[in-house]
Amino acid sequence: MTIELMFYLAGAVAVLASLKVVTGKNTIHALLYLVVSLLAVAVCFYLMGAPFAAGLEVIVYAGAILVLFVFSVMLFNLNHDEVLFARQSQGLGFWAGPVVLAMCLLALLVNIIQSAEIQDKLTVNLVDAKQVGILLYGPYLLAVEIASFLLLAGLIAGYHYARPEGPGSHGGRS
Amino acid sequence: MTAIPLNHVLILACILFSIGFIGVIIRKNTLFILMSLEIMLNAVGVAFIGAGSVWQQADGQIMFILILSLAAAEVAIGLALLIRMQRRYQSLDIDKLSEMRG
Amino acid sequence: MSLLAWIPFYPLISFLLLIALGRRLSWGLASTLSIGAIALSAISSGLVISQLASADSGIISVKLWSWFSLGSAEVNFSFYLDSLSAVMISVVSGVGLLIHAYAAAYMKNDENFSRFMAYMNLFIVAMLILVLADNLVLLYLGWEGVGLCSFLLIGFWYQEKENVLAARKAFIVTRVGDTAMAIGLFLLFKSLGELNIAAVNVSASSLWQIGDELPYWIALLLLGGAVGKSAQLPLQTWLPDAMAGPTPVSALIHAATMVTAGVYLIARMQGVFLLSPEVMSYVAWVGALTLLLAGVAALAQKDIKRVLAYSTMSQIGYMMLALGAGAWSAGVFHLMTHAFFKALLFLTAGSVILALHHQQDLFKMGGLLKKLPVESGLFIVGLICLMALPGTSGFFSKEAIIATLWSSPTAGPVLWWGAILGALLTSIYSCRLFFLAFLGASREHDKVHDLHHDHPTVLLRWPLFLLALLSLFGGLISLDFTEVFAVASSVDAAQEPAWLHPLAIATPFIGIAFAWFFFKSYRDNNGEALEMKPGGLNRFCGDGLGFDWLYHSLLVRPYCFLAAINRRDIIDQLIMFNGWYVRLWHDAMSASQNGSLRWYAAGIGLAVVCLAGVTTL
Repeated sequence: MTIELMFYLAGAVAVLASLKVVTGKNTIHALLYLVVSLLAVAVCFYLMGAPFAAGLEVIVYAGAILVLFVFSVMLFNLNHDEVLFARQSQGLGFWAGPVVLAMCLLALLVNIIQSAEIQDKLTVNLVDAKQVGILLYGPYLLAVEIASFLLLAGLIAGYHYARPEGPGSHGGRS
Repeated sequence: MTAIPLNHVLILACILFSIGFIGVIIRKNTLFILMSLEIMLNAVGVAFIGAGSVWQQADGQIMFILILSLAAAEVAIGLALLIRMQRRYQSLDIDKLSEMRG
Repeated sequence: MSLLAWIPFYPLISFLLLIALGRRLSWGLASTLSIGAIALSAISSGLVISQLASADSGIISVKLWSWFSLGSAEVNFSFYLDSLSAVMISVVSGVGLLIHAYAAAYMKNDENFSRFMAYMNLFIVAMLILVLADNLVLLYLGWEGVGLCSFLLIGFWYQEKENVLAARKAFIVTRVGDTAMAIGLFLLFKSLGELNIAAVNVSASSLWQIGDELPYWIALLLLGGAVGKSAQLPLQTWLPDAMAGPTPVSALIHAATMVTAGVYLIARMQGVFLLSPEVMSYVAWVGALTLLLAGVAALAQKDIKRVLAYSTMSQIGYMMLALGAGAWSAGVFHLMTHAFFKALLFLTAGSVILALHHQQDLFKMGGLLKKLPVESGLFIVGLICLMALPGTSGFFSKEAIIATLWSSPTAGPVLWWGAILGALLTSIYSCRLFFLAFLGASREHDKVHDLHHDHPTVLLRWPLFLLALLSLFGGLISLDFTEVFAVASSVDAAQEPAWLHPLAIATPFIGIAFAWFFFKSYRDNNGEALEMKPGGLNRFCGDGLGFDWLYHSLLVRPYCFLAAINRRDIIDQLIMFNGWYVRLWHDAMSASQNGSLRWYAAGIGLAVVCLAGVTTL
């Protein structure tokens, strides 16, 4: 199995999962498909010789951001009908899609890790974390600082907007 | 020399971007719109990584990292707004937020 | 500030105070303020007129401030007093003072007393500005000011629709004349570049020949203004309806002062009128026709005030006739004497009306000679002046007019006969009025209201006595207009038949004799109800000879018809097309702003696709 083929396979998984996200009716399912899609993209990154980016994709995207989604979905007190719908959809059919796609990805990853030939090929055009780090804290230092400000702003805005509404919420609360 | 042609990477990115964009347009549920936005940002990331890998430069990955932090901030604020919206309108229907019509 | 400038200033202050304080003023305070202001004006007028007698030039003028300048012409706020305006201000402030005093008593129980007196004072201000103005713009200010006050005072009791309609009618009908006058003034300014009255009169005669076209049109348009204000044919219809106002208003505005403003205007602009003999003869003919028509209409009126209104129209017709015949000083003299006796008649009629609990119908009066002897005596004085019996003021002024008519180049024997016929009619309707109201037996009112119970006697009676004195002996005042009216009409008495003067003097007596027999039933009535004979002619005359009907069907109804056709306003639709077009686009644009975020996102996507398409193709 060549790298190209694996790339196309991972890309197809990403596209399918993304389609399911967009067309899905159940929020939780859609989130699961999103995870699959992100993982598939992470595989693509890895295949393109960017293991650091692939790791970040898994950790930050599929980990942190998706957890944020899940938490907020819990916070929303999802409408009753949607919760009921989620209960009814606990059958195998509903789980099959994500599972099959995830299994595809798993197979790909296992294949990559197992095959020495592919490992060799991948090191040819590898851009590793060291290079990225040097560049990030060199010429791109300012961008990093700005990104940190952005995150800080996101933090404050998130805090502000998520505060409960009502009397006394407009300032004065420590 | 990379094994994966740049064209194919970009086509993948475009497909993902289009799917995300379609999601933004057709979904009424704001949560799905946010997820579609994630897909779009991700697609852009694919394009950057692909280009960086072709040129053997780390800049593509740096751009991806910046996009990542952008996505994180965006999701944080977006979800907070979503909570607010849910509280005020008891709904996540984006079309109910059409008070600024001309 | 010179004394002249103060004359209109006192009533202005009083007006402002009365309007500002309104009902907070007690009757005593309000009446003292308003009467006092007019009294100060009258005293100042007297002093200024005595200064005028000693002035060398025969003119006193004072410039208060520069109002504005029109090209070369400077329009000032300045007053100008010569013997003509001296007569006018003495009439306005003197008769005005007496009428104010009477009005304070007459209107005592009205809840809007302050407002009434304020309007009256404002009227005096405007009238004084009118007669004292040294340029035509200021004159026009006063002219419109008196029109406004007339409107306000006719509609003073605005709670009744009839009064409001009468006020509106007066305003609109006089506006027709005012428009003509304004156009005349524009024409005058365009051709002479001058608005100062004295300068206009001088430069008109130096610039134009007699019979030129331009002075003809200007004089005709000015005549239009005068006809509107003075209630002459064909704009006379408003005056009878104007009697809806309180009686002192009728006396002050619609008999003594404002309606004579047209006469004043023509006399003032004589320099222009003398240049167009045709218009002079029009003036005479308008006067004569109005005189006859109003006399005929007065014969068939039921309302005592309407009789007096038509009589006012006919007397102003005499003044116009005099002006048209070139007898300027006779016309102004009649203006003055008419102000005296017509104010007297109106105020006495007001007292009668008060005594009869606001009964104005002549056919329901009767026998008042015994019940109201003082008022009857005063009324008789007024009537003999109106009929111009020898020795009264009316006699001197009216005979002076009639004497000039026969051989005047712009009048002639036909108009002389018209004036004689008018005098005959005057005496007949005067007798009819007197017989109906004062002779016979009382028809409706067994008990008359004690006038002096809740109205102050002094104010209600003494102005009438003074006016009666003025009416009887006012004819002895000699007016000298040689400074003002340069061209004296030369009457060649030798050419005239010898019987003219005896006939003119005998005419009123003929009328009285005729009335004595013709209106026997009115005279001998012993208390049974009287009705006007329901003939078509009576109704026709009673309605003012059908002019209201004529104007209604000729002007009002076609106008309403056109308005109904053009309800959608065709021109407006064309103009609104612009608005509609803009609105169309606005709506289209606004529809894109539907507030839906998804549409906006789709729009962005569409734009990107388009841009990408453009760049790649």
